Amino acid sequence: MEMPRPDDRILSRKVDLVDRLVRLVGRGAVIDDPAAIRAYECDALTAYRCPPLCVVLPETTEAVAAVLHLCHEERVPVVPRGSGTSLSGGALPTADCVLLGLARMNRVLEIDTVNRFVRVEAGLTNLAVTRAVEEAGFFYAPDPSSQLACAIGGNVAMNSGGAHCLKYGVTTNNLMGVRMVLMDGTVVDLGGPVFDAGGLDLLAVVCGSEGQLGVVTEATLRILPRAEDARPVLIAFSSNEVAGACVSDIIRAGVLPVAIEFMDRPCIAACEAFAQAGYPECEALLIVEVEGSPAEIDDQLTRIRSIAARHDPVEFRAARDADEAARIWLGRKSAFGAMGQINDYLCLDGTIPVSELSAVLAGISTLAKDAGLQVANVFHAGDGNMHPLILYDANSPGELEKAERLGADILRLCVAAGGCLTGEHGVGVEKRDLMEVQFSAEDIEAQMRVKDVFDPHWLLNPAKVFPLGASRARRIA
Amino acid sequence: MLRPADEAELAEALRSASAPLHVRGGGTRASPARDGAEALLTAGLGGVVLHEPGAMTLVARAGTPLDEVTAVLAAEGQRLPFEPPDLRGLLGRDGVSTIGGVVAANASGPARVRLGAARDHLLGMRLVDGEGRVIRNGGRVMKNVTGYDLARLMAGSQGRLGVLTEVSLRVMPRPETEVTLCRRGLSPAAAVSAMARALASPFEVTGAAHDPRDGGRTFLRIEGFAASVAYRTGLIEAILRGDPAPSDIERIEAAASSRVWADLGGVAAFAGREGDVWRLSVVPGDAAGLVARLPDGACWLMDWGGGLVWALCAEGTDLRAVLRPYTGHATLVRAALSTIAALGMEEPRAPAVAALTAGLRAKFDPRGILAGAG
Ligand SMILES: Cc1cc2nc3c(=O)[nH]c(=O)nc-3n(C[C@H](O)[C@H](O)[C@H](O)COP(=O)(O)OP(=O)(O)OC[C@H]3O[C@@H](n4cnc5c(N)ncnc54)[C@H](O)[C@@H]3O)c2cc1C
Repeated sequence: MEMPRPDDRILSRKVDLVDRLVRLVGRGAVIDDPAAIRAYECDALTAYRCPPLCVVLPETTEAVAAVLHLCHEERVPVVPRGSGTSLSGGALPTADCVLLGLARMNRVLEIDTVNRFVRVEAGLTNLAVTRAVEEAGFFYAPDPSSQLACAIGGNVAMNSGGAHCLKYGVTTNNLMGVRMVLMDGTVVDLGGPVFDAGGLDLLAVVCGSEGQLGVVTEATLRILPRAEDARPVLIAFSSNEVAGACVSDIIRAGVLPVAIEFMDRPCIAACEAFAQAGYPECEALLIVEVEGSPAEIDDQLTRIRSIAARHDPVEFRAARDADEAARIWLGRKSAFGAMGQINDYLCLDGTIPVSELSAVLAGISTLAKDAGLQVANVFHAGDGNMHPLILYDANSPGELEKAERLGADILRLCVAAGGCLTGEHGVGVEKRDLMEVQFSAEDIEAQMRVKDVFDPHWLLNPAKVFPLGASRARRIA
Repeated sequence: MLRPADEAELAEALRSASAPLHVRGGGTRASPARDGAEALLTAGLGGVVLHEPGAMTLVARAGTPLDEVTAVLAAEGQRLPFEPPDLRGLLGRDGVSTIGGVVAANASGPARVRLGAARDHLLGMRLVDGEGRVIRNGGRVMKNVTGYDLARLMAGSQGRLGVLTEVSLRVMPRPETEVTLCRRGLSPAAAVSAMARALASPFEVTGAAHDPRDGGRTFLRIEGFAASVAYRTGLIEAILRGDPAPSDIERIEAAASSRVWADLGGVAAFAGREGDVWRLSVVPGDAAGLVARLPDGACWLMDWGGGLVWALCAEGTDLRAVLRPYTGHATLVRAALSTIAALGMEEPRAPAVAALTAGLRAKFDPRGILAGAG
């Protein structure tokens, strides 16, 4: 993976820059010691690392604005960072950048359960939002598996999803407003605690812009009343194809589960070995969770059971109590850990139309065989968001590159099936150079024109999202 | 009048235009043409391209009539979750709404309070910008974060950045049945608080509105499988009764319930009546205070639990001044030309936001071909 050459004029001015940053935000908010900077050299895509010039950890929107204003005047690139859990290298620094961390801005500013919203600072973790409102019977719907660690600012930048987005949508559907600082230091408020502000919906394009349009310092989030109860069932099948058909039929029947998770044989085997969840012997299994009162849950599960019966399942296992429910989720929740026990892995997240599930799974299996690598699949089937995990050995020379090539081939397959490169993890640096698989030059140009408006000098998180070739002229201008 | 038959012709029309065009979907919502602007109709770009019920997705060309989309979905027991309102009566227009026009206006009805707006269900689009460039964004899958979300930026843009040629939408199952509870006699404040309690309950209320006429009627809608609706209706009724005022709750079932919401969403109450019509987006808890400050003679209606207030006032009344103490914004939906000239249809934006908006328009439509849109 190629990154632009750092700017020597910036590197040589490090001491002066750090000095000026310290004067702006105080010594305690600036890290320039090379050893301490190391903690920020990568995000969760650990294959790529690069320590930034220095790290700034402001505590207020005003401080963020002051830092951005200075960097703008001095033409120094800035990489925003929440918790650094990005799986696409979205928060990967460049050697000549100021890494702007939001972690110290983690206060809950306002809780309004009557009007059903909260206002929080961007560094607050995702789970902390739900924790702040659960006593009142509410929750914040988007729930990435990383929710204990990842920050709301990162969620907004990546438009993150979670296991429950089939019913509740992703970040963009639950985000009502942001306070954001533009690269030149201007503070803007987009949206707010009211619906559908007139004029262009700038909030919509900010959400998912991967930290390239502005630094989010506050977010207004919609909160929802928690369902009375929820219960999962596990349905095991003798082939991926049948499991895929069952997913479509459940959705068609008008039952709207909160989650439909899919695991294939390699993944089931790994999870069994790791967590002993007691999953049945089968080729594919679904975990379907429904919500409501106990009677409503029974009713939906009866419908699901009769749909599943048409597909001749190997087993249909309904949870009778909380303990059994937890066991059903146990294997799924330990999937990533289980795969990590076996080997290093790359986690892809292309999305496909649900109708293409079994064809794409078959295609992945052929590609994996040809590449001589193992792939396990565990994903959000209801919305077609695949997570093929490619196992490889990082210590064996050339294996990472081999795994990356297979990953690219799998993503091409997803796009050819009518899908996309990434459903929730973002483009970052990882999929940057594959954008042309999905988009024409004109499509990419249109997106870059939006960045031109928000950040005319291309200083914010510059070498991400767009193929380096496509963005070169703008970045060096 | 230009009536391109496909996207390529539309692109050519925009490329070769030398003066602003007046782009229209079905002409049900668009503002009156400015003097001399040539009309460009998208009606030639019609047809449902794909409906995949098992994936809850629909792809349609922008000029497809809304009724056609609804019928295709209904045949498979599905619907557009955002309940696009029929405002023809209110606006005194006829014509056929197109799906592209609905998306460009982000037109969302009563169910928006629970199920989201048109923009929330937009999965992707094709667009021709003011320079005639064809741009594709998003796709037809439920989750997609590949590149910037230009599709949602276009929802509600009123066609100011480009002309939509195709949209791809998330659709949902049509519920087996619906019931509306109507509680009479609540004051605006009591109604807002009853709606807030219902919306904060786990019973997934998909409509919460209040009409002050006839002594005040507060409406709450519950949808789903019959058994579930019966159960939830009972619990919502209990929430409504919890109020100290004397109780009088009517149950409106099935088709009659649908009619209630079609009228509320379409603001039938103001149809054919003189005056300017305003749409006020507010924090629900402020709605009662706000309606109390409306000038004498003004009529109003609350939707979205109080988050949306429709107001009908004498021509020229500046409701933005009334709204000023509150968070929110006021948009003119139907008004006398003199009101529009004096106040503008939309709330003026903060300078930095206005600059970003102007910057985007300059990028996507540098020659101002679409300047009259909206
Ligand atoms: C084990 C694991 C499981 C995961 N599961 C999921 C999942 O289920 N669903 C899912 O969607 N993702 C998942 N992720 C990915 C990741 O957690 C999300 O992308 C998350 O939103 C990143 O948040 P963060 O705070 O860690 O952001 P970072 O990694 O710090 O940054 C991510 C991007 O956001 C930008 N950014 C961060 N903060 C701001 C800000 N305040 N203003 C502007 N830009 C900013 C950065 O520049 C970068 O481009 C998972 C990751 C891991 C490691």
